[in-house]
Amino acid sequence: MRDAFLDKLTELAAADKDVVLLTADLGFGVFENFESKFPGQYFNVGVAEQNMTGLAAGLALEGKKVITYSIANFPTLRCLEQIRNDGCYHDLNITIVASGGGFSYGSLGMSHHATEDIAILRALPAMSVVAPGTAWEASEAIEALVKGDGVGYLRLDKTVADENSTLLFFLGRSIRYREGADVTLLSTGGILRDTIQAAELLQELGIDAGVVSMYSIKPIDKDAIIAAANETGGIVTIEEHNIDGGLGSAVAEVCMDSGFIPKKFLRIGLDNQYSSIVGSQDYLKAHYQMDATAIVQRIKMLLE
Amino acid sequence: MINSQNLEQFALKIRKHAINMTNTGGSSHIGSVLSIADILAVLYGSVMSYKADEPKWPGRDRFILSKGHAGAGVYAVLAESGFMSLDKLKTHYQDGSDLSGHVSHKGIPGVEFSTGSLGHGLPVATGMALAAKINKQQHSIYVLMSDGECDEGSNWEAALFAPHHKLDNLVVIIDRNKLQSIHSTEDTLGLEPFVDKWQAFGWNVVNIDGHDHEQLISACNSKITDKPLCVVANTTKGKGISFMENQVLWHYRSPHDEEYEAAMRELNNA
Repeated sequence: MRDAFLDKLTELAAADKDVVLLTADLGFGVFENFESKFPGQYFNVGVAEQNMTGLAAGLALEGKKVITYSIANFPTLRCLEQIRNDGCYHDLNITIVASGGGFSYGSLGMSHHATEDIAILRALPAMSVVAPGTAWEASEAIEALVKGDGVGYLRLDKTVADENSTLLFFLGRSIRYREGADVTLLSTGGILRDTIQAAELLQELGIDAGVVSMYSIKPIDKDAIIAAANETGGIVTIEEHNIDGGLGSAVAEVCMDSGFIPKKFLRIGLDNQYSSIVGSQDYLKAHYQMDATAIVQRIKMLLE
Repeated sequence: MINSQNLEQFALKIRKHAINMTNTGGSSHIGSVLSIADILAVLYGSVMSYKADEPKWPGRDRFILSKGHAGAGVYAVLAESGFMSLDKLKTHYQDGSDLSGHVSHKGIPGVEFSTGSLGHGLPVATGMALAAKINKQQHSIYVLMSDGECDEGSNWEAALFAPHHKLDNLVVIIDRNKLQSIHSTEDTLGLEPFVDKWQAFGWNVVNIDGHDHEQLISACNSKITDKPLCVVANTTKGKGISFMENQVLWHYRSPHDEEYEAAMRELNNA
């Protein structure tokens, strides 16, 4: 997913000299090519995320289209007030890219688990929040965010669903990868892979589960949520993120606000805790009941 | 450019507006505004290039007030410089007004950047200075900070960055009035040796009397190639009103009734 992001960003920087990438000293072995190709469009600002975000605002005030890059929670939570005051209030073109959504860096410990970022950032007015599920979605997302207005957040995941799409990508929309009338699985981020695996396992059990990648959490695809509530047997949201305030909450808000209440509703995510246990992304997803097997078990119970 | 006698009058007008605005609005931070009135007068009256009828003129020098709580001073200097009507100052701090207590850019021509939370101005100004270098533009970026604000770590991140990237188009002016929110800076979180700190970070530092207009002009003209400039402007909080000078109380209190009359009397006799 990161490669797809970087390939597209390289294209964007080649086409527009106002595209500027800032990294807070992360991306060893990743940005060398970009740096040598685009002098004046790449700065390693050091381990200083508050300054990176302030710099981004200053550059964007002067017409630059700025990408700030780091991993996990560093480009988001560490400098949240700079994002809010300097970026959002000034309507600036800044795209915050965090490599390592959810448990991507599972073995590195709690500091590197990005499990509240979506909830916190979607609370900010004038933000776009995007968590792609496929490499193609990541590529399309960075283009949409850099070419769009305002502050955007792109959450890159180590896990990726091996899907392609011929559809057009728009912020505020979603992509349906599986049809199914019994229940609709709405997922965000790379856990789309596990969601599709779960849908295939459910199929074997005679349950037709639709799968929609809700890559755009803010703005969110209300039509897709309402259709899932109206036309299928229920909605299950799946996210590698704390259960409070993320995709599940956003979907519930749409349902309640619109009055289209799903027949069944379940939010799957991290149940309000920090993980002191470490392990691979797959290990931790299984441990916290978010892998395909756990998703299937929980949906079976829901539909019984 | 304004001559020295008129610069004194310009600074006096800013002080009078600030007293009127804090009186009408019942707002705080009059001491902080009085502290920087001379700096604002010199920047807008002598040092900076700008066009009041074209606030976004690309060649303009940029100014950011990082100590956003002294926003009344910026509104006053902008109104006196022709960016908005003097009448608008009467709405400061009022219900429905866009002249907020902490400086805001929305709807206010001439305000480059909104602040209020400390430690934001310098990183943003540094980004603007970097953009000017990338774009090969000749203008300068001026950012006015408070000394107490230097407690914020974000400033020191930018203080490392600007010399590393040789941003000699960046000028930081620090309002060194030695008072912060409750006690003196040195009793709260000691900043001394303050000049040495900035020098150690790689800045060209000038240490001056922040109420002396000649020294301020000379300091702003002392840029050297490849180094950002830090002007440590030694000031008196509440400068110009005897009973406000060096009193933390006037970080919070607004002048009413007899206090207002006494303050205006002092300024009218200055």
